[in-house]
Amino acid sequence: MKVSMKQSTLAIAAAAAIGFGGIGTASAATELVIVSWGGAYTASQQKAYHEPYMEANPDVTIINDDSAAEGVAKIRAMSEAGNVTWALVDAVASSAITLCDEGLIEEIDHDAVLEPAPDGTPASEDFGDLIVSPCFIPQIVYSTTFGYREDLLSEAPTSISDVFDMEKFPGKRSLERKPINNLEWALIADGVDPDNVYDVLDTDEGIDRAFAKLDAIKDQVVWWDKGAQPTQLLADGEVVMASAYNGRLFAAIEEEDQPIAMMWDWQVFDLDGWVIPVGGPHREEVMKYLRFATDTQRLADQAKFISYGPARESSAPLVGKHAELGIEMAPHMPTNPENAKNTLLFNYEWWADRQDDLTERFNAWLAQ
Amino acid sequence: MSEPDASFVRFSEVQKSYDGETLVVKNLNLDIARGEFVTMLGPSGSGKTTCLMMLAGFETATHGEIYLDGQGINNVAPHKRNIGMVFQNYALFPHMTVAENLAFPLEVRKQPKSEIDERVSKALDMVRLTGFGNRRPAQLSGGQQQRVALARALVFEPKLVLLDEPLGALDKNLREEMQYELKHIHEELGLTMVFVTHDQSEALTMSDRIAVFDDGVIQQIDSPDVLYEEPKNAFVAYFIGENNRFTGVVKELSDTECSIEIDGTDGTVVKGIPINVNGVGSKTTLSLRPERVYINPREGVTPNVLDAKVLELIYLGDHIRTRVSVAGNDEFIVKIPNSHEHSRLARGDTVKVGWASEDCRALDA
Amino acid sequence: MTTADGTPLKVSLARAQRRLKFRAFYLVLPLFAFILITFFVPVFDMLFRSVENQIVPQILEKTAPLLLEWDDRDGELPPEEVFAAAKADFEKGYAEKTILKVGRRMNYEEPGFSSLFRKTARRAKNFEPPYKEAFIERDDEWGEVDTWRYLKRESGAFTISYYLAALDMSYGPSGEIGVKSDKRAIYINLFQRTLMLSLLITVLCFLLAYPISYLLATVSTKTSNLLLILVLLPFWTSLLVRTSAWIALLQQEGVINDLLVGIGLISDDGRLAMIHNATGTVIAMTHILLPFMVLPLYSVMKTIPPTYMRAAKNLGATPTKAFIRVYFPNTISGIGAGGILVFIISIGYYITPALVGGVDGTLISNFIAYHISQSLNWGLAAALGVILLGLVLVLYYFYDKVVGIDNMKLG
Repeated sequence: MKVSMKQSTLAIAAAAAIGFGGIGTASAATELVIVSWGGAYTASQQKAYHEPYMEANPDVTIINDDSAAEGVAKIRAMSEAGNVTWALVDAVASSAITLCDEGLIEEIDHDAVLEPAPDGTPASEDFGDLIVSPCFIPQIVYSTTFGYREDLLSEAPTSISDVFDMEKFPGKRSLERKPINNLEWALIADGVDPDNVYDVLDTDEGIDRAFAKLDAIKDQVVWWDKGAQPTQLLADGEVVMASAYNGRLFAAIEEEDQPIAMMWDWQVFDLDGWVIPVGGPHREEVMKYLRFATDTQRLADQAKFISYGPARESSAPLVGKHAELGIEMAPHMPTNPENAKNTLLFNYEWWADRQDDLTERFNAWLAQ
Repeated sequence: MSEPDASFVRFSEVQKSYDGETLVVKNLNLDIARGEFVTMLGPSGSGKTTCLMMLAGFETATHGEIYLDGQGINNVAPHKRNIGMVFQNYALFPHMTVAENLAFPLEVRKQPKSEIDERVSKALDMVRLTGFGNRRPAQLSGGQQQRVALARALVFEPKLVLLDEPLGALDKNLREEMQYELKHIHEELGLTMVFVTHDQSEALTMSDRIAVFDDGVIQQIDSPDVLYEEPKNAFVAYFIGENNRFTGVVKELSDTECSIEIDGTDGTVVKGIPINVNGVGSKTTLSLRPERVYINPREGVTPNVLDAKVLELIYLGDHIRTRVSVAGNDEFIVKIPNSHEHSRLARGDTVKVGWASEDCRALDA
Repeated sequence: MTTADGTPLKVSLARAQRRLKFRAFYLVLPLFAFILITFFVPVFDMLFRSVENQIVPQILEKTAPLLLEWDDRDGELPPEEVFAAAKADFEKGYAEKTILKVGRRMNYEEPGFSSLFRKTARRAKNFEPPYKEAFIERDDEWGEVDTWRYLKRESGAFTISYYLAALDMSYGPSGEIGVKSDKRAIYINLFQRTLMLSLLITVLCFLLAYPISYLLATVSTKTSNLLLILVLLPFWTSLLVRTSAWIALLQQEGVINDLLVGIGLISDDGRLAMIHNATGTVIAMTHILLPFMVLPLYSVMKTIPPTYMRAAKNLGATPTKAFIRVYFPNTISGIGAGGILVFIISIGYYITPALVGGVDGTLISNFIAYHISQSLNWGLAAALGVILLGLVLVLYYFYDKVVGIDNMKLG
């Protein structure tokens, strides 16, 4: 008994010593693990949000974790294990809806947590429709659109029908390996009124019709899974046309100088934003960070580094030039009126119901 | 060429080198008669196994020709030579039963099934393994495996059977038993057998003739008794049986007798018969079998009588192995028969030892 | 039999050996614990997940028992008390933020549940009796008998729906089991493809590994060590690097196609598609798994004495015959070990097919990964995993019957 007392006293003393030592070197450093997508995207967040925040709060260290691609599964696994180590996670809107349904991320009061616009408009109005889930704090609007090889096609494709036109535009295409977007595009290319796309898709005949349209190009499609693949395939000349995230295409065209051009017809808008895992560490600091990182100026700042549109209406006028290339960013934004003549906003409600079912159908179709 | 029966197998000026620099077999000439049991005996690296492998076709002669039954076989592939062989570790195929092992050479010769079965069972009977046909080699004892290997080498009735140290892995009793068995089979079937071993007692027991190999050369080829009693050089004397050796210088030499002064003594001279000496004044090795040495010989029986001191006595039942110190040689062995006429010696006794001069062979240095 | 003091010999022997057994047990204890925690627990967890269905009965705690009693055969909606219970469950579930889990869970069974639950959850606390009308007013789906039939079907603590989905079976609202239409059938095909490709990879590995292993086993130690390093080199390179290298080599604008076009073997339009399809998967995986075939083969061949071949030739067999009848049968244990190793690894392989498999070169594990990380349908992932495990065990059983596990030699 005596011995164990002594030992435990010793242990406490040692722990205290280490603790004080820690305080001595970096006063109560808070380590905030923020999970995002890596690459250029994380870099833009680092410059626009993390660095200014850490400058203003020297006691906070932000640690980037690039595993957002496995975010949904990892948050669930951490929650099941009862050890949530992520403070804040960058997620696409559909994942946020799923996680919110599962009760794995926190619902928030947007007006209470987030800064209002400079003119006093409350955050919920400034973000508007983009708050697609009570757990979701929108950050950027990105779009899935098309890039093509200028040098390999005799004529520039101008509409979504051109993607499905093998005669006028021969050559391989690359599309994302999931039903989302592809089914919508197929129907629009097949002449369905874009406003009615989801009504048509609600019927079995509509789904058959979409797959029939996709059949026309099926054997010429290289399917991609990861965001970096389509631009690589374009750069390698493996395909002449590819659907891709507009920011990736921007990087390939403007930063890497590839002979690729954009085709914005019926680009599909999607959202990316922050979610807070339930039971994550440093909740107060996270809230403080969120308020800072999602204000009007910060969202506009991010657009200096990557061509994604800020989610706040009030940020749009503040978007300036690219921080390194010095080119005006506005024309490269998916939301730019010139680019946004025909756009489709991803229907989260509809896809939340249909995704599993149609993915199964899509995979069966692929395997046929 | 001599008549086929006397030189059924013939090595003619055969040389073998593996590396192009040294010869493992140096200019070998050897004739083996039909029905003969010839043993190639020698220490490892003496070239005996290489000769066997050349005969079997697994090695090619670098120079010279090997004949089998009058035919040159240098360019005949091993599987066409029709020579039976028992390998050192038997090389029984572990995935086949005993019967399948025996049937293998018959099957590849496309014998009819009924004939195969008959011959296999006959072969099993011959090696006294009737009823063991369905076992796997691993389920047999070493001696049984050995007999299967032998049966397999005989079942296709080869003209010639080669045995590559086949008894090496057996324990002593089994080995002796197998020696007699082999000998009997040889006599019964009238086969020509070439046997390779480094064990001289095995060679003495079984062979019609023994070829003693050393350094790639046959040192002597003779029947066992001649080899034992009349070794032609120091190596053969040393390698076959036990022998006491003295080195010395030839003092006197006639056709039938010579006198040798033993090295390291002050003029001790013994008498022997000259076998392989170069003349007076040359160095020589004296060889003397332990069983030909008398302890305390009666006066005049032996011309050579020397003083000796008993160093060690080992009781071996039929004789007492006695190590004595004679003329500076502490390793001098005398085998004293365990009979009434011999008095018991004790360690430290001083005795006289003597031997006849015809038992003392003066060989090369 | 008894010992000198009269205790039975067997008891005495057991006592004497118990100590030794304990000592042996302590030696393997860490490994045992490790395997228990890292292998058996996850496997049982997976087995459990593939059938467990606690979400529905736990969250719809009042509704589920009533539904189980409800007779759904007469085509009538459940009685008002079920709706009342559902109202209570929705209200509680909304407050505890659990109700939407049921929606997601049920959405696996029939699309639409997710939004139905989301739509209903927010308003349920304001529902006034009669609840049946209140529910139907919120969404017509609540007036469909099938909606309730699905809920009743999944109200038990266990479900077979994951297995049915994994076997391409349809599962009607009242539990009618059928076969899915070709438009939706996917997993059986995928299992078949996985088995076929794994088999092909195993055969290719064998064909490539056999001569190499023979060479390794017969050349001098110095040479064989060098060759072995070359064989093992793939082990020491990152999997992703190797796979990317294959992409660079095999793609249509890649090195091999350029070379073939360059020497005029194929035309520029006829470039071969060797990647992003089954060919790519087979090539890249054969390369990656080759060492797993070479090592067991090599270690078995090294133990085959050269005298076997000599004996066979001596007995009259031509070199070819000697090889077929004597050498080859003695390497079967190595072929078995290498084959099973390669086959089982490739059956569960995931990264390479995901990167180079395209559409027809993806394997079942890619779909398991998809359900784990994308669709979050862990129950289906677990069912697929269990079936895969079952397949491996069945194959293992047949292997044991045909070749015998005892004959397997890894070294």
